[in-house]
Amino acid sequence: MGSYLLKRLLLVIPTLLGVAVLVFFMLRVVPGDVIELKLRGDGGNVSAQVVAEERERLGLNRPLYVQLGYWLKGLVTLDFGISYWTNRPVVEEIGIRVGLTLQVAIMSAVIAVFFAIPLGVLAGLYRNSWIDYCLRVVTIAGLAVPSFWLGMMIVLGLLSLFSWSPPVTYTPFYVDPIANMSQLIWPALAVGYRYSAVVARLVRSSVIEVMSEDYIRTARAKGLFERTVVIRHALGNALLPALTVVGLEFAFLLGGLVVTEQVFNLNGIGRLFVDAVAHHDFNLLQALVMLIAVMFITINLLVDLLYGVLDPRILYK
Amino acid sequence: MTSKRCTDLLSVRDLSVEFRTERGAIEAVRNVSWAIAPGEMLAIVGESGSGKSVSALAIMGLLAKPAGRISNGQIVFDGQTLTGMAERDLRALRGRDIAMIFQEPMSSLNPILTIGRQIMEPLRLHLKMSVEQAHARAIELLTLVGISDPEQRLKQYPHNFSGGMRQRVMIAIGLSCNPKLLIADEPTTALDVTIQAQILELMKSLTERLGIALVLITHNLGIVARYAQRVVVMYAGSAVEQGTATQIFANSRHPYTRGLLRSVPRLDLPRARQLETIEGQPPDMRQLGVGCAFAPRCAYRTAVCAVAPQLIALPEGRFSACHHEDQLLAPVSASVAAREGARSDLVGADSNGDGITALLTVDSLTKHFKVKAGMFSQPAVVRAVQDVSFSIQAGRTLGLVGESGCGKTTIGRMILQLEQLSAGRVLFEDEDLALASGAQIQALRTQIQVIFQDPYSSLNPRIKVGDLIAEPLKVYKKTTTPQATRERVDQLLVQVGLLPEMAQRYAHQLSGGQRQRVGIARALAFEPKLIVCDEPVSALDVSIQGQIINLLDELQREKNIAYLFIAHDLAVVRHLAHRVVVMYLGRVMEVADRDDLYGNALHPYTMSLLEAVPVPDPTLERQRLRKTIAGEIPSPLRRVAGCVFHTRCPRASAECQENIPELREIRPGHFAACIKL
Repeated sequence: MGSYLLKRLLLVIPTLLGVAVLVFFMLRVVPGDVIELKLRGDGGNVSAQVVAEERERLGLNRPLYVQLGYWLKGLVTLDFGISYWTNRPVVEEIGIRVGLTLQVAIMSAVIAVFFAIPLGVLAGLYRNSWIDYCLRVVTIAGLAVPSFWLGMMIVLGLLSLFSWSPPVTYTPFYVDPIANMSQLIWPALAVGYRYSAVVARLVRSSVIEVMSEDYIRTARAKGLFERTVVIRHALGNALLPALTVVGLEFAFLLGGLVVTEQVFNLNGIGRLFVDAVAHHDFNLLQALVMLIAVMFITINLLVDLLYGVLDPRILYK
Repeated sequence: MTSKRCTDLLSVRDLSVEFRTERGAIEAVRNVSWAIAPGEMLAIVGESGSGKSVSALAIMGLLAKPAGRISNGQIVFDGQTLTGMAERDLRALRGRDIAMIFQEPMSSLNPILTIGRQIMEPLRLHLKMSVEQAHARAIELLTLVGISDPEQRLKQYPHNFSGGMRQRVMIAIGLSCNPKLLIADEPTTALDVTIQAQILELMKSLTERLGIALVLITHNLGIVARYAQRVVVMYAGSAVEQGTATQIFANSRHPYTRGLLRSVPRLDLPRARQLETIEGQPPDMRQLGVGCAFAPRCAYRTAVCAVAPQLIALPEGRFSACHHEDQLLAPVSASVAAREGARSDLVGADSNGDGITALLTVDSLTKHFKVKAGMFSQPAVVRAVQDVSFSIQAGRTLGLVGESGCGKTTIGRMILQLEQLSAGRVLFEDEDLALASGAQIQALRTQIQVIFQDPYSSLNPRIKVGDLIAEPLKVYKKTTTPQATRERVDQLLVQVGLLPEMAQRYAHQLSGGQRQRVGIARALAFEPKLIVCDEPVSALDVSIQGQIINLLDELQREKNIAYLFIAHDLAVVRHLAHRVVVMYLGRVMEVADRDDLYGNALHPYTMSLLEAVPVPDPTLERQRLRKTIAGEIPSPLRRVAGCVFHTRCPRASAECQENIPELREIRPGHFAACIKL
């Protein structure tokens, strides 16, 4: 197990290096000059000299391979440079927003796991019953309704029914849990609904499949109680595939909820992403893409390790 | 009827089971009655869809809900009526008084729970044992079913066990609470012959010793003959005949049973030129008429068969459901005489093929697969095929037999150029395939064709049968006009015994036998010189197997096609092959002409294989001294030093581990690889 983990961690290096190089060049082929946009974007008339100076200050006049070198060096030292747009260190810009996004992602994941798994199991066990039909309507709606629209409806609903709107400013959980939750529970619900729908549908089909396996018939032939058959013999096997989806969706949420954050006026990673793109802020964009890459790799690794714990057939050497 | 015997442990009376499907209800079991006494061994025989497994599931109360239900009849077990019993009472009986073993040992155990936990479950539940007691009993049970090192094995998971071992674990679970009745549903169908013999002997000795009644459900008549005291024969959901094994095998009183007995190639009888087969195919259970279900295929059919026959009691406690049972008084063995007669015309045809040049020669064929466990680990080498040489003459059949993992399928794939050779040569008409140009290979592909094992998955479900057969013709431009293609397809369909209209159907609209005929028609499209037949009949029902075997035989005689016939069924190979190669773990053990091999097998492995096959004759089976070969086939990943068979060989000694025995000519034309010869 230990050596397997080491191998997997070593594999992370080439993966990240690939992402780093790819994102560096892809950003540079995007049309539009970041300095022009920054200084002249709003129609301001700035002299060519100022533009050149600014370019030099940000190091954009150097040859590409030098820039790449600095970028890779920055990766290792976790110094991603300064945002072209806000002039603050990139690490700082991300640091103040990552907590919020992480919290919303965790809250939606919790909502998804707590609702989706039991409901998915029920729908699978009582296939084609009224429970299944109701859940099917609810989950398909969850897949079809965009989370930002649901978010808007939540905000409007709260306002018109209770004349209450969630706090606008972010308070960290450790400062004031109630203020924090009363702001973040709504986006978490809006996003968690879709998340739950994805997981519940998967769990349902997985349960249906597992319940027709030969070993379930064996368990019944042993005379076990039906609940023992389901809990001990079916669930463990049925929830394995759900693990992958829960993990991947979670990593996806960490990449930021671009529109939902706008709707709820949250200052998170998703919004930062949009702003960085709008301002051609290479440094910030590069760092954000790397952050998402790291998140995906980490979550995938965790899911794989968890599989190794839950499924004895998988042996890591 | 049978239920009158007051000593019955289980009696099934007029049992009918119905399945509701989207296309209407199907009566999968129709008015079946039988009974089993304590400690008795009863076999239920039938082909797929005959309702034999469904009736067992009905007894257990395990019919798939809500589609399946018992629509009629009564099941009485040990004085209790199971039909209509509350689910909780039935559940308490399951696993305690009635246990069941299933066909698929690979999937019948929960992959994520330890073996120990799965064996201890019924003990804890039904016998209220403590964890310690259950653990001790589980060790005892594993020892009982012949698994060594039980304490350690209990902590392992199903994937650590081979198929045979898993079936032993299933038996241990079945016997755990000392049941009164054990139902085994095709317990050895998925296993190799030598392992099958081990498992059946184990079940027989344990149930006898513990006084457990055994219901053995199988399609294998040899197994029935060897193990069963009484037999119920099922066809299309009905029990058509019942009696003692001796009665059924020696003097069956139902045309279906008779046909079944005649249509299997047998090792204990002289080889017949042609198998007598039951024509046609089992009925569609959705469209069963009121008459006798077997009538459309029956040689004795008359007008009265339009009325369904009742199971009528005959003397000596036997039953038959046939209006014409009185015409069936002559013993079955009459057909043996016919076989003897048929044999004389064989001698000329089968004389040794010396002097004919080889059509296909394989020389020191070797295939090693590298198996990588992970990205960084050293790949392990599987020696799938090692130094195999043989040749096939035009118009003749070479049989390639062996158990799973022996490399027989890989050889077929290498000949078809579907697999790269690791070493060795394949010569077709003296042309080395490795040296042939791309165009030559293309041309050769039309000369060497293939028939696959599984007619269900080897035909594309979205393409019409006619287009499936026409496709190679179009690709190779063998026919120029659509009209010519259509005519050729019709001609091919007729050749394999199908109707030209079937060209318009899709594969799922055909039965298994018909699909295999389509596979054969496709292979015939180019008039090939060689067809690689990879287990072409093993997925088919017994009565259909005979038809396909006869078809292959006829085609060979008509068109002078050579076959490489790959199979695990020794009797089928004996029926078709002129020369036979026996393989074990990638190596050739013995090569000889058919009669020589089956009459005077030399290699200990061939002998064990032949001994392991039960023959459909109870009298003979009971006289046979059964020496089941011990042990399992070693993993191909493990390299066995010396002779690959020494780990299981009854004659092995220390020197067998030192050198790999060479294939030597022991008698003229008869080669074996064993130092003891």
